[in-house]
Order: sequence, then C-alpha cells, then structure tokens
Amino acid sequence: MSEELYQQAIKDLARAGHGSGRLAAASASARLDNPLCGDRIALDVRLEHGKIVAIGHDTRGCLLCRAAASWLASEVPGVAPEQFAAAHRELLALLQGAATESSVRASLLPFSPAREHKSRHGCVLLPFEALQRALTEATAD
Amino acid sequence: MNFDAASFDPMSFNPQAVRAEFPLLMLADPLLHYLDNAATPQIHRSAMEAMADHDMFQRANIMRGTHHLAEAATAAYEEARAQAARFLNAATPDEVVFTAGTTAALNLVAHSFGDTLRPGDEVMLSLAEHHSNLVPWQLLRQRRGIVLKFLPLTADGRIDLAALAGMLTPRCRLVALTHCSNVTGAITDVATVVAAARGVGARVLLDGAQQVQHGPVDVQALDIDFYAFSGHKCFGPNGIGVLWARGEILEAMPPFLVGGGMVGEVTPEGSTFARPPQRFEAGTPPIAEAVGLGTVLAWLSTLPWQAIRAHENELLRRLLAGLRQRSDIRILGPVDLEARQPVVSFDIAGLHPHDVCQVLDRHGVALRGGHHCAQPLIRHFGLDGANRASIAMYTTHADIDALLDGLDDVVAVLR
Repeated sequence: MSEELYQQAIKDLARAGHGSGRLAAASASARLDNPLCGDRIALDVRLEHGKIVAIGHDTRGCLLCRAAASWLASEVPGVAPEQFAAAHRELLALLQGAATESSVRASLLPFSPAREHKSRHGCVLLPFEALQRALTEATAD
Repeated sequence: MNFDAASFDPMSFNPQAVRAEFPLLMLADPLLHYLDNAATPQIHRSAMEAMADHDMFQRANIMRGTHHLAEAATAAYEEARAQAARFLNAATPDEVVFTAGTTAALNLVAHSFGDTLRPGDEVMLSLAEHHSNLVPWQLLRQRRGIVLKFLPLTADGRIDLAALAGMLTPRCRLVALTHCSNVTGAITDVATVVAAARGVGARVLLDGAQQVQHGPVDVQALDIDFYAFSGHKCFGPNGIGVLWARGEILEAMPPFLVGGGMVGEVTPEGSTFARPPQRFEAGTPPIAEAVGLGTVLAWLSTLPWQAIRAHENELLRRLLAGLRQRSDIRILGPVDLEARQPVVSFDIAGLHPHDVCQVLDRHGVALRGGHHCAQPLIRHFGLDGANRASIAMYTTHADIDALLDGLDDVVAVLR
C-alpha cells in the first residue's frame, strides 16, 4: 500500500470527476462546507427501490476532497444506503488508524496516507458526510 | 529583562543573530522554513522567560491583595500596561485595556461602544476586513439596527479610499478598518481615512493585528480613536491582546463582560463600575501573559526598525520576483513594495491551496492556505482560498528560496 498522499490513484479519481454536476431529479440533496479550509460540496442523490442509483455533486475543494466525491459517484450507485454506511465506517476507521488493510475495501486504500494528516481528514470525509446527510433527509421523507 | 538599545546599529540588522533569540527556530528541524508569520510569528525568548519568572517568583492574583506577592504581581501587570502604552505612544496607560487578543478587543468595542449607537447609525467597514472586524458588526446590526457600509476594493485588493468621501454621511459613527491586510499586506492610508471621518464626526478604529510585528505604532500621530492588536502577532504570548482607545471614549463606554475586578459598589439592587481600564477587565486576567507581552513590547521598542524594514523588503522583493517569473502564479494584491507589509498571497492555477501547502511542508516550508478569515476579500479575487507566505524579521534568503524552489515539486506532485 503506497504511503504517498498524492498517489496516482487519488489524482486519477479527482481528475476523472465522476458525478460532477447536479442531478436533475434528485431524491435528496445536501450542501456542506468545511469551515477550516473552505472546501464546499453540494451533493444530490437519487434513490430507486431502496437503492442509490445516482450521485451528482458540485465540489469546490482540494484534491483529496474531489477524489472522495468522485469515488462516491463511481462506487456507490447500485448499493443500498446501509452498504454506503458500511463504506463510510471503513473510511473513518482507515483515517483513525483503526483498520487493517484487509478490513477495508481495496478501492478506499488510496485514502489511507491521509490518516497521518489529521487536518486533512475533513477534506476526505466531507463528501461522505454530505451523502450521509442527503440519505438521512431522503429516508426521513 | 533589560534591553540595551545602544547595542543595535540603526542601519544594520542581522537576521541570523535575532533568530538565536527565538528558541523554536534554534531547536526545530534545521530545514524548517517558517513563512506563516501572519498567522503567528514565533515567540521571543524574553517573553517566555518573563512568563516563567513571573509564575515562579511572583505568582498571585492582582489588585486588592495586600501581601507582598500580590503587590509584586500587580506592579508587574501594571508595568506591562505602561509598556504597551509606550509601544503605542498612548497618552496614558489608562487608555490600554488588556483583552484576550484582537478578536476580543474588537468584540469589546462592538458591544460596548456599539451599545451607544442608535438604529440608523452607520459603521463603515471594507471588503478587505478579517472576519474579526466584520462579524461583530454584523451582530451589532442585528441587535441595534445599525447600518453597515463596505468600502469597495481596487483591482489589486486595496481598500478603495476614493469611494470613502461619497459613502460617508453624518450618521456614520465609526470607520473600522484593517491597518494592514492579512491577505495582501496592503497598508491602509490612515491619514486619508481620518481626515474623511473627522469631516462627519465619525470615530476611527484600526485592526492592528498584522501591523504590530513590523514595529511600534504611534496612535497619537495616526490621530485615531481605537487600536486593537494581539500579543501572539508580535512575537509575544497567546491569550493576551490590547485594546487602546482615547481616554474620553473609554470613559463613556459601558461595561461589556462583567464580574469581579471591574465594579465599584455591589448591592443586591445594582452595581457601580470601575473607571477604565479596569471597567473592561472583568475577572482575573492572564497576568503572566500580560507580563510576557509587556516584555516583548519593550524588546520590540529597542530594535533598529529602519534596518529591519530594509531586510524584510529585500526578501519581499525576492519573493515577488520569484513568484512573478512563473506564468501559472497569480499574486493577489500589490506587486510592488509601496505601502505594504511583507505578506504575499498567491494562487497557482488549478491547484488548491491545501494541496500546495501540504507538498511544500515536505520541503520544510510552513505556508498557510485557505480563506485566511477574509472570505469577502478572497472572493473579490474570484477564489475560495489562496496560498500565503508571510515574512518576519528573522526570515532569511534561504527561507524564500526554499519556497520558490519547492514550487516545481508542487506542480510535479499535484499535476
């Protein structure tokens, strides 16, 4: 597992910009910012038959934040909210140093070097927290 | 601690020698290139020693105590106030109120002086203000129904004082501006502000947080009414700062924070309040920190500022020239040396400031990235954040070169 914070996989994710742009027909939306650094995200999610089918977002943030938003739009559609919640927990454990490499899905491992930089945890987590908030709103309706 | 002013040649300054007086710079990784001085410069050894000595040999609460330690602590605290008055050339130490810092000082004015304002009264700010000189006034607007006006900015981010005369009305009670921008380094033309404000009978407040690490201030020569600064911004301790205001203004201001130490007589029916400055220093203040601040202000008052200015400008010229050589970099604010302090913010096309600063940290370069608590100013430049390098008296050519040399790696890593 590479310990390079800005490894190619992170840069590729950010550059790919999966899910960039707002969804026309969203089940719910959330807008979050990180007051410490100014990262901002406006995220939409569409749910169908209990599954997340699409994520769109407008992210103004650092490379880590944009990579995390891109990861969501690439990896999450097709799964139930509970499965996203599990991925969210894995990412948290990864950043807190409480996860082993084998206990975290491989696609999240490029975010692992951020665990050494506490000030950057919020950058990685912001899109996940936005999706969690949107899902909470969607399921409350 | 005594400082021998005669030991300094007013025309020469040796940054390497002064670095030796900053323990962190001596003890830290030799590859550290600290360029985050606008946020917090390093603390001078004299302040650390004065605080330690105070707490080791004369720690006690101030005022009212009759034992010898209380008297010694009170004398040390009041000497710190007198030293702050000398640093500012205040008419009397009674015009110096100790606060927790610049933010606390500005909140004090917004609450106390603010409580004397009426609905429809105006406070003039600018779009270049730090949030600390913006948000307190927004809350005052909610409480008192005052009107906030914002001076626009020029293309290079300076406060556009050409607009001032046309925006001032007889309802303006206060013009509250930064003395020096924490983003662009631009120094406000105070004389123009004061002349215009006096024309309508408005008071003038300066946020001096960024100015004080570059030398003493003369509030009487500036002819202003309020001045606020922080100890940690001028090589002193955290948690202590100063609000200076003209004596007659302080006398007319009601208390803000209340409690012990700031009252006259207290009965179940009500209280009378002490005169300034005690009226505005409720509770036990940070005594050792005040002593540390007084000590570092005494040290600052002995330094050869003309030579320091020349040193800082030499580094600033080198920094600006190095940044301007790169086509992918845009400098925010003035690009010359006129009327500015050595604070330089810049944007690298397509690269987020946090990523830039993270990579530079590998080169030992401590830079700050973000909105710098000045979101309206950053948005003026069409950005969400910027990189900021800030030079202090102990900065060296090697520090500037480490930053400039690291930029190629920044681009290589992030693109």
